[in-house]
Amino acid sequence: MNDHVLRTDKLNLFYGNFHALIDIDFHGFEKSITALIGPSGCGKSTLLKCFNRMNDLIDDVKTTGGIFVNERRIDEIDIIKLRKKVGMVFQRPNPFPFSVYENMVYGLKIHGLSNKKRNEETMERCLKAVGLWDDLGDRLQTSALSLSEEMKQRLCIARLLTVEPEIILLDEPCSALDPIATMRVEELMMDLKKDYTILIVTHNMQQAARVSDYTGFMLLGELVEFGETSQIFTSPKDARTEGYITGRFG
Amino acid sequence: MRISPNFVDKIVKIGLNFQAFFTVGILIAIVAVIFFKGSPYLNLEFIFSSPEDMGRHGGIFSTIIGTIFLVLLSIFIATPLGVGTAIFLTEYTKESWFTKIIRFGVESLAGIPSILYGLFGFIFFVVKLGMGWSLMAGVLTITIMILPTIIRTSEEAVKTVPRNLRIVSYSLSATKWETVTKVVLPSAGPGILTGIMLSVGRAVGETAAVIFTMGSSLRLPTSLMDSGRTMAVHFYILAREGISMEKAYATALVLVLSILFINIIAYYIMNKVTSKYS
Repeated sequence: MNDHVLRTDKLNLFYGNFHALIDIDFHGFEKSITALIGPSGCGKSTLLKCFNRMNDLIDDVKTTGGIFVNERRIDEIDIIKLRKKVGMVFQRPNPFPFSVYENMVYGLKIHGLSNKKRNEETMERCLKAVGLWDDLGDRLQTSALSLSEEMKQRLCIARLLTVEPEIILLDEPCSALDPIATMRVEELMMDLKKDYTILIVTHNMQQAARVSDYTGFMLLGELVEFGETSQIFTSPKDARTEGYITGRFG
Repeated sequence: MRISPNFVDKIVKIGLNFQAFFTVGILIAIVAVIFFKGSPYLNLEFIFSSPEDMGRHGGIFSTIIGTIFLVLLSIFIATPLGVGTAIFLTEYTKESWFTKIIRFGVESLAGIPSILYGLFGFIFFVVKLGMGWSLMAGVLTITIMILPTIIRTSEEAVKTVPRNLRIVSYSLSATKWETVTKVVLPSAGPGILTGIMLSVGRAVGETAAVIFTMGSSLRLPTSLMDSGRTMAVHFYILAREGISMEKAYATALVLVLSILFINIIAYYIMNKVTSKYS
């Protein structure tokens, strides 16, 4: 089954003595949006960060079981190549404190692909993809920090697209945005789905229902239920899932 | 009877105002004295001709050149060393007894009086390594003297760069070195520059450590092994030996003006860099 772009097999993760992920069997399908929902501290962000090994940056993390990207164990993939393939957008917009231009060419510089012509092409394509080109195309030298929160988050997505990932991890990308900006970023996600596999962690159940094709519900480190979004939200099999999506807890 | 809080507030405000004016007042007084005593003797000839008769006549050209060489070379050596140490301490090591020892060493070095650096430079570079009184010995001594300042200010600057900028850099598949050179250092630039400017100030104004290691020859230094004299040393000797108070004040004025000039340029650069990014 080559459809499983992302997969985990009996994945357990420990922060020191804390058992953060318990026996997770998860899969994500190509060119679809998969949402991870669940109350705070359930491990959904931790699971997300397994796929580009961001958890490696934290001391004292141990994992057992398998994590696969395109059916290859990620510990067999060079970490630089892995992170190029699996990009990430963070909860808070985090542009570098440089100009829009510098933000956009950062990835290209790192991969030694930076030259004037190519930079301009890539920049235009990626800024267009996130709907920023009309606003920023003629003022690339402005500081990225002077943009609105929504534009910053879009810029971060555009910056990620420059390195041409196949998979995009979104860690609560709208939690710092107002409802209108959230709506626009959601539209953007739907747009990106055509070309990318997207995994999104969200606190916002309505968001998961609106944008995702598949949903996983997590609780206390376990993946309680996983299935098509319509099924999870209309006829959850597990009583805990039902309790959460009907708002009985969480 | 209780004193009314408003009254206390007023008194404190007046007191703090007074303190602020007092501080600025002293600065203005010093600059004014130097300006009035020195400016009648300051002209282009004073700057561009070399001292004659121990400095009683002529100008201070060779001491200006001596100062520039000493300061520039020291900064060029100390900056990469210091910034490198700061990067090592903050980015490449975890807190451990080893980093604690390095930090303790740096703190201690920063507190040592400059004459001790001079003495060390004299014993080690001048005598032991046989450099004699030379620009080279002076440069190496001043380098050691300003290193702690550069390390400490750079470390503080690097620490203020938010962690999430590093994380996002890694997530874009950058290596540690790329993250350090392309994200951390540019973001910490203004802070590092502040440390360098402080060090320039210390090096320009240093006398004791310089006399011990670079000597006080009035001839224009033409190689690293030549002895030479800086403006600060020249001023000290002119005044101390009572050679010429007029020339001493004129030298001091040049010294003050050049420090002012350097600071203005540094502020200009810093404003340019920070306004671009914030």
